[in-house]
Amino acid sequence: MNAIIVSALLGVVMMFSGIFTTNKTIIKNIATVGMLVLLAANLMEMNNLFSFDINTHDLIVTQRYGLFFNCIAYGATFIYLVLSGNDITEVGVNVAEYFALIFFVLCGVAILSSFNGLLMLFIGVEILSIPLYILTGSDKRNLKSNEASLKYFLMGSFSTGIMLMGIALMYGATGNFGMVHGAGLRGVVTASQQPPYLLVAGVILLFAAMSFKVSAAPFHFWTPDVYDGAPSVFTSFMSTIVKAAGMLAFIRVFENQYTILGPTWHIIVDFAIVSTLLIGNITAVFQQSVKRMLAYSSIAQAGFMLFALYASNTEIAKEGILLYAAAYSLATISIFAVLIKLHDYTLDGFNGLAKKEPVLAFAATVSLLSLSGIPLTAGFFAKYYVLAGALQAGGALWLIIVAVLLAAVSVYYYFRVIQAMYFKEGDPQTLPITGGFKAALIAVAALIVLLGIWPSLLLSWLYF
Amino acid sequence: MIPVLLLFIPLVAGILGFFIKDQKAASNWAIVASVITLLTAVIGIYAMPASMHQYQATWLPSIGASFSVALDGMSKMLVLLTAISMPLILIATRNNNYSNPGAFYALMSLAQVGLIGVFVSMDALLFYFFWELALIPVYFLSSIWGGEKRIAVTFKFFIYTFVGSLLMLVGILLVYLHTKDHSFAWSSFTNTDLTSGEEALPFFLFFIAFAIKMPIFPLHTWQPDAYEQAPTASTMVLSGVMVKMGLFAVIRWVLPLFPFAAHQFAMPIIILSVVGMIYASLIAIKQDDIKRLIAYSSIAHIGLMAAAIFAGGSLGLQGVQVQMFNHGINVIGLWILANAIENTLGTRKLSELGGLATKAPTMAILFVVLAFANIALPLTNAFIGEFLLFNGLFQYNIWIAAAAGVGIILGAVYTLQMVQKVLFGEVSAITANATEINCYSKWVLIVIVVAVIALGVYPQPLIDLTKDSVNALLVIK
Repeated sequence: MNAIIVSALLGVVMMFSGIFTTNKTIIKNIATVGMLVLLAANLMEMNNLFSFDINTHDLIVTQRYGLFFNCIAYGATFIYLVLSGNDITEVGVNVAEYFALIFFVLCGVAILSSFNGLLMLFIGVEILSIPLYILTGSDKRNLKSNEASLKYFLMGSFSTGIMLMGIALMYGATGNFGMVHGAGLRGVVTASQQPPYLLVAGVILLFAAMSFKVSAAPFHFWTPDVYDGAPSVFTSFMSTIVKAAGMLAFIRVFENQYTILGPTWHIIVDFAIVSTLLIGNITAVFQQSVKRMLAYSSIAQAGFMLFALYASNTEIAKEGILLYAAAYSLATISIFAVLIKLHDYTLDGFNGLAKKEPVLAFAATVSLLSLSGIPLTAGFFAKYYVLAGALQAGGALWLIIVAVLLAAVSVYYYFRVIQAMYFKEGDPQTLPITGGFKAALIAVAALIVLLGIWPSLLLSWLYF
Repeated sequence: MIPVLLLFIPLVAGILGFFIKDQKAASNWAIVASVITLLTAVIGIYAMPASMHQYQATWLPSIGASFSVALDGMSKMLVLLTAISMPLILIATRNNNYSNPGAFYALMSLAQVGLIGVFVSMDALLFYFFWELALIPVYFLSSIWGGEKRIAVTFKFFIYTFVGSLLMLVGILLVYLHTKDHSFAWSSFTNTDLTSGEEALPFFLFFIAFAIKMPIFPLHTWQPDAYEQAPTASTMVLSGVMVKMGLFAVIRWVLPLFPFAAHQFAMPIIILSVVGMIYASLIAIKQDDIKRLIAYSSIAHIGLMAAAIFAGGSLGLQGVQVQMFNHGINVIGLWILANAIENTLGTRKLSELGGLATKAPTMAILFVVLAFANIALPLTNAFIGEFLLFNGLFQYNIWIAAAAGVGIILGAVYTLQMVQKVLFGEVSAITANATEINCYSKWVLIVIVVAVIALGVYPQPLIDLTKDSVNALLVIK
């Protein structure tokens, strides 16, 4: 409960801080400190030190797993604020609001990691999404940002409608919103029974809506335009922490639900994984803009995360999605932090960066290696865990081979950026870069490598 | 402890090397580090008790991976080859100038870490780590300091090998699920509950990765381009040591793990290897560029070794190990010559060369000896290796041995043709002002040539070094 309450309060604090001061640095610092407070509050609950005791009638159930995910999400957000906090203040005039909205999104994250029923799932998803519509359109003078925001809002509302429809059907079929514990939907359907059609239809609608939220194909169409149009700092936030939270919710809601679909479940998930991987990876190859490439790459990475859904009943897949969330968020936040500093977002804009800004190029390289899953970076173990989970769950081998072949395709587009930075000549124009920014980038790169050698550094926290 | 030291010394040297700005200083630093590594390897292998040859530490107990390294019979030979090659390469190319020399030499040292790691790791996941780690430095070396088409060519090489590695990763996972104690240790991997039928799939997942690295026809297309475009020093690493990774990996990670599949699919693989051998030799005859010629010649030699591995038998396997070492130093010698010719004359084209024997007699003598070693003439080190290889092949199938013999004859054709066009004939406009090779290259070549002849006359040390491992392998099979 701590995370939900503190993040909501901090959101309000940030909103009011805009009234008392217009100094951007102060506002940014309040937000960064607030982030630490939020992290501390969550850690306190995790270690049973202190937590708000509110009777939610089992609508919210906090477990160590979900709290640990909160830690990863908040830790990543903290790193994000350290790396890109200054760039957030440059987006527009209502600086305090942006930080407030980020905290509201984090409130949504906390709900998604602890919901215990479809009703709270819906509320969590909405709290997560609505601030994002605003953040996407926060660069008011930019037509692309406006277009992206409108598109995101319309598509998002549509998917919300579908989700609500699904939940309503499921409620109609079973008479409750429960799902995770005890006599939820799982209790209604036993193996021998043919589940009611209403229920099956509801589950499929829910699957579609959740696919939309994590930009899994074929519901991914909004992603490139929205990620490309939104101010880059917010794309960084949306494509990492928010996406990981959406994925976690997806996995949590279907962890037990999938039995309802019987054998059809595997057809649906296989199709979602393969099409997401194919569309994400193949389309990313043709992008000239690095920002847009990263948007498609985030679709591709979602495909890998879906493997955790595929094998959600194995321990290793559950650990895998946490590691994936951390690895992917760190790498993407760091590459976006570098991208924001450049004037030109095309591949050519990266030409010769290694000569001019070796630290930036190095950090970006480590991130890209991690995204492509090269050993010695966190990304390798992230991929390893989810694939091992899928294999352990008796996953079809062809699916895994398709996935690794497409991972090889991903090397192609990630390495093109490395090639531009190191092997090509150019004179990239950058915004002023401070020493602190460089130090933070190096620290993130070191963290990525550290997790690539000892993933247990992170995962052991899950158990004690 | 020895294997850990062998990894640690070049690793530290590499990381610190990035901060050196001066060309000579960076080169000296790398040479000193590589010589220390060599001394450690030699002392460690010959003077230390066997208990020092292993090291094990926990790494990821939850998934059953450990940091387990060992210098056993299989790896000793290749660790020695890596340790010896590195100073030879660095000294021979000392006069080459690089932009950003600190990074160049640092990456060379890091490549050495990866290579030694591949040879000593006794844990499948660790092996995979080093397998990739060896690739990344070479990728940067070739892409930054290579020839005109370096970026595209090196990228092709990288993608090729990366696809192979990923397939191997799936293979590793599959075998892992079949180990009895859910561990990545080599001993668990060789003792799985895979049935002979189930072996085929992981066998191919592993083998494709290694076949790309060797490379075996038809997966060789990255190789001539990559060798041609890479800077000479990294070409030497690639062809001298790195391709041996593929052969070594088959001996370490395929034969003991999948004995049934290895036996079942031996014939098609041997045929592909021999076809590749003849095919590469035929192309080599047509080459006008020395580097490409040596590249194709290398494919041919590797093809023969791959065939002998799958033919099995103790003599053949022994031959492969001996020949891996011999081919390693011989091909480095040839690359040094190619590098020297390119640096002094500015061309690698056979058609523009000629008459160097009169202009640079010392080089000519060294060249001829190495050329003889390349066609495995008796009294050179390659002879004993190829003799054993052919012995293995002959016992397996006489027709295949005969076909491989054709490849050897073609090898003599292109090698002697190269010698003739470079050393003899008319002195051309380009070679008119040729000079002797510089003293660094000369002394390295003299060392290599002495080794070629010494090991040709008395190959027993090499055979002793590998004997145990071959016997162990045959027991497992």
